[in-house]
Amino acid sequence: MEKFLRCRGYLCTLDLGSFLHSHIPNEEVKWLGKRSHYDAIVIGGGVVGTAVLRTLAKLELSAALLEKETEVGWGVTKANSGIVHSGFHSEPGTWKTKLSVLGNQMFDQLCEDLDVPFKRNGMMLVAATPEEEEIIKHYYNQGLINGVEGMEILDQKALHQLEPNLSPQISMALRAPSGGIVLPFELASAQAENAAANGAHVYTDMEVTDIDYNGSVFIIHTKQGMSFTSEYLINSAGLYADELAKMCNLDIEPIIPRKGEEYLFDLKVGDIVSHTIFPVPTPTSKGILVIPTAEGNIMIGPTALELPYKDDVTTTPQGFEEIFSSTQELVPGLNRRDIITSFAGVRAGSPTGDFIFQLSHDGKGVHLRGIESPGLTAAPAIAEHVLTLLKDAGLEKPAKKDFNPRRPRVVRFNELSDEEKAEVIQKNPLYAHVICRCETVTEGEIVDAIRRGAKTIDGVKFRTRAGMGRCQGGFCTPYVVDILARELGVSPLEITKRGGDSYLLAAEAKALLKGGTLCD
Amino acid sequence: MTKVIETDVAIIGGGPAGLAAAVSARKAGAENVVIIERHHELGGILQQCIHNGFGLHRFREELTGPEYAYRFIPEVWDDPKIDVYLNTMVLDLAKDQSITAVHPSHGLITLRPKATVLAMGCRERTRGALNIPGTRPAGVYTAGAAQRFVNMDGFMPGKKVVILGSGDIGLIMARRFTLEGAEVKAVVEVMPYPAGLTRNIAQCLEDFDIPLYLRSTVTKVHGKDRVEGVTVSQVDDAWQPLPGTEMHIPCDTLLLSVGLLPENELTQMADVPLDSRTQGAVVDQNRQTLIPGIFAAGNVLHVHDLVDYVSEEAEIAGRAAAEYALRDGDTRQEKITVIPGENVSYVLPQRLDPDAETEFYLRVTKPIDRITIELGGVRLAVRRLVRPSEMLKIRLRKDHWEKLKQENGETSLELVLDAKAQPVPSPRAQREGVRQ
Ligand SMILES: Cc1cc2nc3c(=O)[nH]c(=O)nc-3n(C[C@H](O)[C@H](O)[C@H](O)COP(=O)(O)OP(=O)(O)OC[C@H]3O[C@@H](n4cnc5c(N)ncnc54)[C@H](O)[C@@H]3O)c2cc1C
Ligand SMILES: Cc1cc2nc3c(=O)[nH]c(=O)nc-3n(C[C@H](O)[C@H](O)[C@H](O)COP(=O)(O)OP(=O)(O)OC[C@H]3O[C@@H](n4cnc5c(N)ncnc54)[C@H](O)[C@@H]3O)c2cc1C
Repeated sequence: MEKFLRCRGYLCTLDLGSFLHSHIPNEEVKWLGKRSHYDAIVIGGGVVGTAVLRTLAKLELSAALLEKETEVGWGVTKANSGIVHSGFHSEPGTWKTKLSVLGNQMFDQLCEDLDVPFKRNGMMLVAATPEEEEIIKHYYNQGLINGVEGMEILDQKALHQLEPNLSPQISMALRAPSGGIVLPFELASAQAENAAANGAHVYTDMEVTDIDYNGSVFIIHTKQGMSFTSEYLINSAGLYADELAKMCNLDIEPIIPRKGEEYLFDLKVGDIVSHTIFPVPTPTSKGILVIPTAEGNIMIGPTALELPYKDDVTTTPQGFEEIFSSTQELVPGLNRRDIITSFAGVRAGSPTGDFIFQLSHDGKGVHLRGIESPGLTAAPAIAEHVLTLLKDAGLEKPAKKDFNPRRPRVVRFNELSDEEKAEVIQKNPLYAHVICRCETVTEGEIVDAIRRGAKTIDGVKFRTRAGMGRCQGGFCTPYVVDILARELGVSPLEITKRGGDSYLLAAEAKALLKGGTLCD
Repeated sequence: MTKVIETDVAIIGGGPAGLAAAVSARKAGAENVVIIERHHELGGILQQCIHNGFGLHRFREELTGPEYAYRFIPEVWDDPKIDVYLNTMVLDLAKDQSITAVHPSHGLITLRPKATVLAMGCRERTRGALNIPGTRPAGVYTAGAAQRFVNMDGFMPGKKVVILGSGDIGLIMARRFTLEGAEVKAVVEVMPYPAGLTRNIAQCLEDFDIPLYLRSTVTKVHGKDRVEGVTVSQVDDAWQPLPGTEMHIPCDTLLLSVGLLPENELTQMADVPLDSRTQGAVVDQNRQTLIPGIFAAGNVLHVHDLVDYVSEEAEIAGRAAAEYALRDGDTRQEKITVIPGENVSYVLPQRLDPDAETEFYLRVTKPIDRITIELGGVRLAVRRLVRPSEMLKIRLRKDHWEKLKQENGETSLELVLDAKAQPVPSPRAQREGVRQ
């Protein structure tokens, strides 16, 4: 066990995270055991933190990101609905409105540059009673004020023409064509990858435990024993941003954790709706939705349950019943037998109801708190706003001339034409070896994902979909373990599902018979 | 350019079904046969089944899985007219039987067979299909994945194990884990009777004092990074957990052995109609699907418990596919539909040529001490101590057809197959019947 533990901290990141590895010059590697100095350090590798890092990477400065998990994007970013909101839900004048409307407009270019699946499938807010129809009109007007483009109110006939599987009870809909869907995890990891390709450093398995300030630089301490210094600090630790803000001696109201469960259907029901379907909102959330994900599955959720603690990501029978029964009123054709998996995420509920940008240390520390929904939508705009705040605090750096906004294209074998398939196989026969048969994911794609930074089963799964299909990894997990071990040059015993102690294997066969020395 | 291969018979899948189909297609006169297998070796799921118990019916011997496979593999390799494409996965099957596959050196290849045998096997159901609440830590595996880890890769997935579902793979793995020094804490089954073969309950659980909890299920998974335990609750008749019956079992691994599902993506691509009971294609006594020229056999057609019958079924399909290829088409006639009736959960074939002499494969819905099997009211056989885990084989003979005609007239196009319970309890039946 000793041996594995040693490989788990940052050292492992350096040895294994290949994109990292290739972007850290050799002279610097030897420093990493002690302390490293950067112009700016971002704490938290969610979709917001990685967006900030990539924005910083556009400038002539040194920037790093510290993430406590084994890979980026594993906080709230991994477990949300993936909707790029059009912006009619929130009140005019709020940060949520400003940044989500702006963020929404940035998605086409961003996802094109980073080769992240994104689709403007449109949102539909639906009503089944005269009272709900009034509410819909309110949101239509609010959307107009917020600057949402292209909205229309549809009557019963028109809405059923567009979405024939909606409940016949539904009598009116607000349609916002600018609404979209994206793969949030993919976006976060692509932003990190592209930032790293442009010189930024990404440290995973690096948990910040304390922050000091010596009058000119931040001194950032980590659980792994390494410390960092920086001139500027961006706290985008999501759910834990309040705790980091406290490390900077800010006196703040705590985040209100609010859990949301989501349930995912088999691909075969994928075309039951094409728009994201919203009921009229509740006071705490946008309600329980029917979402066609960017990967073609249907997802239902989320619940909104306030919690006393942050790490409860369990799904519950109550949550399921609540979600399933309310979506039956929207799309009655959904069958509970087609559900293939479930998950839960915890929102960083804001004490003010809006995103909070709080400054410390003469503006050199920027704390992003309460980045609840629509934080994914707003992420690219939040990053721009953070840069403005840093500039206000004195950050003055020229743009990097050779910044490359584009990420090397990702081969998604299943989506290629026959000719393209033949071509990629000719270049690399690993693309002929199908590992995940539910989603037709090839060994070539898995190896590519590992080269781009995947280190775990979940990392491979979220990047390639291997294990995401109807058999949920039942078939391919042993093969993926094998490939990970081979590519990372470690024993299969060291492979985890998602870092920490989530080891997949306990011992070599027969080892338990020899007195169990390998274990406990 | 995509490589195009013309052949008499193409077989998708090189497990026991594919192997037997290939050999029998050649015996029936097919000039050439192609087997396409995604794995790097032939044998299918048998290669990871290192326990013995295979082949009792066919070879009157207790073989291991690989040994059973090697009763067929040499014959396939030695036949120059059987081409085997390993490491080759079929991606698409069209209605006209054109098959697209990926091959490591040829890239995409296309096959144009005269007849096709589907032999893709099945896959395991998983937690999502059951929707167990709780966290999603590492340490939840299907029994088959665990079997692969232990038997093929040489790794133990865990040390303290709870098994959900009493299917055969789970039972086999309970024994394997115990022999490897791990502790199997419990097998939990929602039904009032075990899902696996009686011999496996005896040899894999009872011999090792592993408790089997019937009418129970896992209602929660605990643990953040790795499984730390499960909650097991008893259930009512509607399978709903009974509050107050929760029992916490600490463990680091949850194995799922909750059933198998025929692997029918390709079948559906070719628009082959499926039977909602078997989850496999609807077939006639030759194992021909409703798309002429496409045949199916083995676990892709319905989940078998014994490989012996997989081979037997595949031989029927292989022979018929060869005949179809040689005849260059089908002499179609109107078929009779067989409908599962009383106590029958499924029956195969679902379609019959009039006068066909064949064997029905069927399963009952619950354990019954004594049944008579009747087709259209005509008694075919009597069986004792039947249970859902064991597939029944019932012969349909010429004399049955004569009686059928007397009772149903010449033109009846639908026949119901019943398994009628007989009130003959015996002491042994009571002992072996419902186990608590
Ligand atoms: C159920 C649900 C559905 C949602 N749906 C949508 C939607 O459809 N559209 C939308 O726009 N928004 C949605 N949201 C909101 C959206 O998910 C969040 O606003 C967004 O993901 C926030 O990103 P983030 O980077 O701030 O947080 P996170 O992704 O949580 O990132 C914070 C990171 O900081 C790391 N970290 C924490 N503490 C430390 C430390 N001490 N040291 C180092 N690293 C640390 C964490 O590990 C984490 O990776 C939803 C949220 C939930 C819960
Ligand atoms: C754990 C376990 C224990 C068992 N124990 C016993 C026992 O004790 N006694 C007994 O008699 N029986 C036992 N059986 C049952 C027996 O092994 C199976 O019934 C038999 O293997 C099914 O044969 P098959 O050829 O239909 O399927 P499989 O063996 O699953 O073969 C299907 C083949 O098709 C290939 N394939 C699938 N899709 C494609 C594609 N798209 N392209 C190319 N190739 C493809 C697969 O790679 C595989 O090799 C057991 C089964 C299991 C799983």
